[in-house]
Amino acid sequence: MKVAVLRFPGTNCEFDTQYAFEKLGHTTELVWHENDTLPENIDLVVVPGGFSYGDYLRSGSIARFSPVMKAVSAYAKNGGKVLGICNGFQILTEAGLLPGALKRNNNLHFISKHQTLRVENNDNAFLNQCEKGEVLNIPIAHADGNYYIDDEGLAKLEANGQVLLRYCDAEGNRVVVNGSVTSIAGVCNETKNVFGLMPHPERALEAILGSEDGIKMLKGFES
Amino acid sequence: MTAIVNVFLKEGVLDPQGKAAHHALDSLGFEGVEDVRIGKQIVLQLSTDDKAKAEAEVKEMCETLLANTVIEDYTIEIK
Repeated sequence: MKVAVLRFPGTNCEFDTQYAFEKLGHTTELVWHENDTLPENIDLVVVPGGFSYGDYLRSGSIARFSPVMKAVSAYAKNGGKVLGICNGFQILTEAGLLPGALKRNNNLHFISKHQTLRVENNDNAFLNQCEKGEVLNIPIAHADGNYYIDDEGLAKLEANGQVLLRYCDAEGNRVVVNGSVTSIAGVCNETKNVFGLMPHPERALEAILGSEDGIKMLKGFES
Repeated sequence: MTAIVNVFLKEGVLDPQGKAAHHALDSLGFEGVEDVRIGKQIVLQLSTDDKAKAEAEVKEMCETLLANTVIEDYTIEIK
């Protein structure tokens, strides 16, 4: 698999993301935000975490107008797979490639810790290696992860199986972590080729660092 | 001309900063505060003297970049 990893001024998870996919045996290529094209023959675009443009105005609001994002939109509209992690998720919602928006955590804190997540839907190109209802342990690190969508939008997400992950306790019961609507941690678009989540699967590949659960998430894209 | 844009979270969208400030005002003993909403003000200096044109342009700026209309409302004042 060939993975394009985007890089904006302020991105800081691009090397972790490269490390993760290369550890799983894939090739990666960093793509600077000023490029108006993506590399050829790629299988996945990852918009990694960080603080693009210093989170000025709103997280992701300026990065979405970078030249490379036009290429990403076109790629996604052609059915190409795109994964946004943390700031990448914020950028994809600002770009309108994913529904909803991410606002300041309800406790106003930057939250950085391991967090259990429940797999809500696995009939997609991302979480197909996970069981529905399975509890995963993945780190989170964000200040603006409070997912908002209106009731009508939420009903559509639910009906179409677009809710990917929810924050939960070790038994899988929903918990409030940052104030997200119904504890949502990740969603996909209607055609299920654009994915976004606040947690960092690329940081959960080694037991010595607390969890290997990120492996089965990222491996989903291989099939 | 000067355009003053105020951006606030929509009614019904919980404003965590407003809520925190409200709690702080309560604990400081300020009574009678029923709600606190915190937004941001963006002041733009425009070269045009045409008020209608300025208003239309600033509206487009709000829709495109300055506000996220999924969660935010905005007002525009041109002076």
